[in-house]
Amino acid sequence: MIFLSNLVNGISLGSIYAIIALGYTMVYGIAKMLNFAHGDVIMVGAYVAFCALQYWGLPPIAALLVAMVLCTVLGITIEGLAYRPLRQATSLAVLITAIGMSYLLQNLALLIWGANPKSFPAAVMIPIPMISLFGGRLNISGVTLIAILANLVIMAVLTAFISRTKLGKAMRCVSEDRGAAELMGINVNRTISATFAIGSALAAVAGILLCSAYPTLMPTTGSMPGIKAFTAAVFGGIGSIPGAMIGGILLGVIEILGKAYISTELGDAIVFAVLIIVLLFRPTGLLGRPVREKV
Amino acid sequence: MKKIIALALALTLCLSVLAFAGAEEAITLKIAHIGPLTGAAAVYGTATSRGARIAADEINAAGGKYKVEIIDEDDTHDAETAVNAYNTAMDAGAQMIIGTTTTTPCIAVGAVAYEERVFMLTPSASSTAVTADKDNVYQVCFTDPAQGAASAEYIAEHKLATKVAVIYNNADAYSTGIYQTFSEKAPEVGLEIVSTTTFTDDTTDFSVQVADAQNKGAELVFLPIYYTPASQILITANSIGFKPVFFGVDGMDGILSIEGFDTTLAEGVMLLTPFSADAEDEKTQKFVATYKELYDEIPNQFAADAYDGVYALVAAAEKADVKDGEKAEDICDRIIAAMQEIEVTGVTGTMTWSANGEVTKTPTAVIIENGAYVGFNK
Repeated sequence: MIFLSNLVNGISLGSIYAIIALGYTMVYGIAKMLNFAHGDVIMVGAYVAFCALQYWGLPPIAALLVAMVLCTVLGITIEGLAYRPLRQATSLAVLITAIGMSYLLQNLALLIWGANPKSFPAAVMIPIPMISLFGGRLNISGVTLIAILANLVIMAVLTAFISRTKLGKAMRCVSEDRGAAELMGINVNRTISATFAIGSALAAVAGILLCSAYPTLMPTTGSMPGIKAFTAAVFGGIGSIPGAMIGGILLGVIEILGKAYISTELGDAIVFAVLIIVLLFRPTGLLGRPVREKV
Repeated sequence: MKKIIALALALTLCLSVLAFAGAEEAITLKIAHIGPLTGAAAVYGTATSRGARIAADEINAAGGKYKVEIIDEDDTHDAETAVNAYNTAMDAGAQMIIGTTTTTPCIAVGAVAYEERVFMLTPSASSTAVTADKDNVYQVCFTDPAQGAASAEYIAEHKLATKVAVIYNNADAYSTGIYQTFSEKAPEVGLEIVSTTTFTDDTTDFSVQVADAQNKGAELVFLPIYYTPASQILITANSIGFKPVFFGVDGMDGILSIEGFDTTLAEGVMLLTPFSADAEDEKTQKFVATYKELYDEIPNQFAADAYDGVYALVAAAEKADVKDGEKAEDICDRIIAAMQEIEVTGVTGTMTWSANGEVTKTPTAVIIENGAYVGFNK
């Protein structure tokens, strides 16, 4: 029973990593860049939702929408201002810009919302009671259920969007060969902007779920989960949507079980050791497609 | 015309006599306060800053031998920033330091201050590493070993529990220090530590730690940690219906001021502290009333420690006969000698200091009831 309860906690943590990882993998898969500011867009989303609930008195659904809209605008702005001018630059330059953007967002949040931690009103955001099984020995919180459900819905919608719609098709083209896509009349900049818009809207959802499950909200709230989710995306095969989900959930389960049965001190070490081992044997991640270099 | 000049001269004479009389009275002591005014530990730094200012205002209003000027610097609870803040304060002419508020920056600043011979009195950095091998750093608060051992003794003496779980931050010197002495003392006083789990500053999920304490049947969870992770632990424990006694140390102070935190979860949380805002002595009541009036909040232990610290510094300056405009390095050794001789009665009790910088005073526990700290002993 203790094992089962740990497993549920692991899935709960993992499903939050998975939603964050979906944002990473979307942007990487299509724009071929690592958006390290993703974790911080999550933090902004959580703060916006916090303000909407605590200060503006909006209902949870409206808070979610406001957070999604603002994060989408933020994502497009970041892409337009910081990443678009670097489209032809080396990937290292883009990576460093993304890291800079991450610190910029953290410090802006510090300026706007201050440094004192806030406690996210989880019970207001997700008013779903906890489910108790086996006479209270196994508890599944409402956030866990919502997170798993949100994951499945988002994954299904994203997969359908990318394989069925015109914009989705354009995204796949840009991913495959940016130059050729441009020659075929696809507006690459607009396609990449759309990718960032979707990724950032997902970040708002992830931020709200993250802070509903773990309510401490600070300007650095997004950074560690962001890195863990990036690990999850690589673990599952970066660029692959189901991979992000599987990677996220596995990572959460490994983290919790490692802490529970090996050592709480080594929790994070175990997570990253597993990543190294997986990458040694499957360099493209669990579901990643191997790419052959043509000579 | 001559009359006017004569009048003017007479006036000037009068004024200069007055000015002379004024100058003889007060010597200004420049005391730097260094603490986290922003960042994760901002609650502590803000409290110590306010406590120090209230003490300074009172001393200035009382019009004794010394006037106090506080130079406030922010260290964001970061060692490097703290050293920069220290340098800024010294450039501004600080003669001694009330600070730094938290342990890690205090160790860093202490090392520089030791080299440069600047006297430091930390209100609340409680690790022994703060004072170790440095004759110039003194503490107003208890040391971590004292807190850990005193907590174990307190729990045993008041029969709060026999089966105890500990959750501590193993990336933090403060937390680890208290845990070590607690775990050494616990078996001696008949406490059984059934579960020991850790976390780091980056931990978001506490389910494993809390579940372990619950499954091992802990009646009391000892939390030698700061209030931010403590709030997460309280939320997690509540979500799985685990209701032991939570016992914290001074880092728990602040849990009631997290924005958005459901303070009913903190009901019944106990913490060991030498200061209780509802104490009935005149000094405490006056301090609490002033603090409430200025900041609309009940002062916590950090504010009280800084308040007492400024009084202690002024008492030591008086004993050491600090003259106007003396430099920090010239008064350091005299202040050190004076600190060991003075006895200060403040809002955190009657304090004396030993040569290694540690304070002697008596701890008491407070319990959170109806969203306020209430003395447990009454």
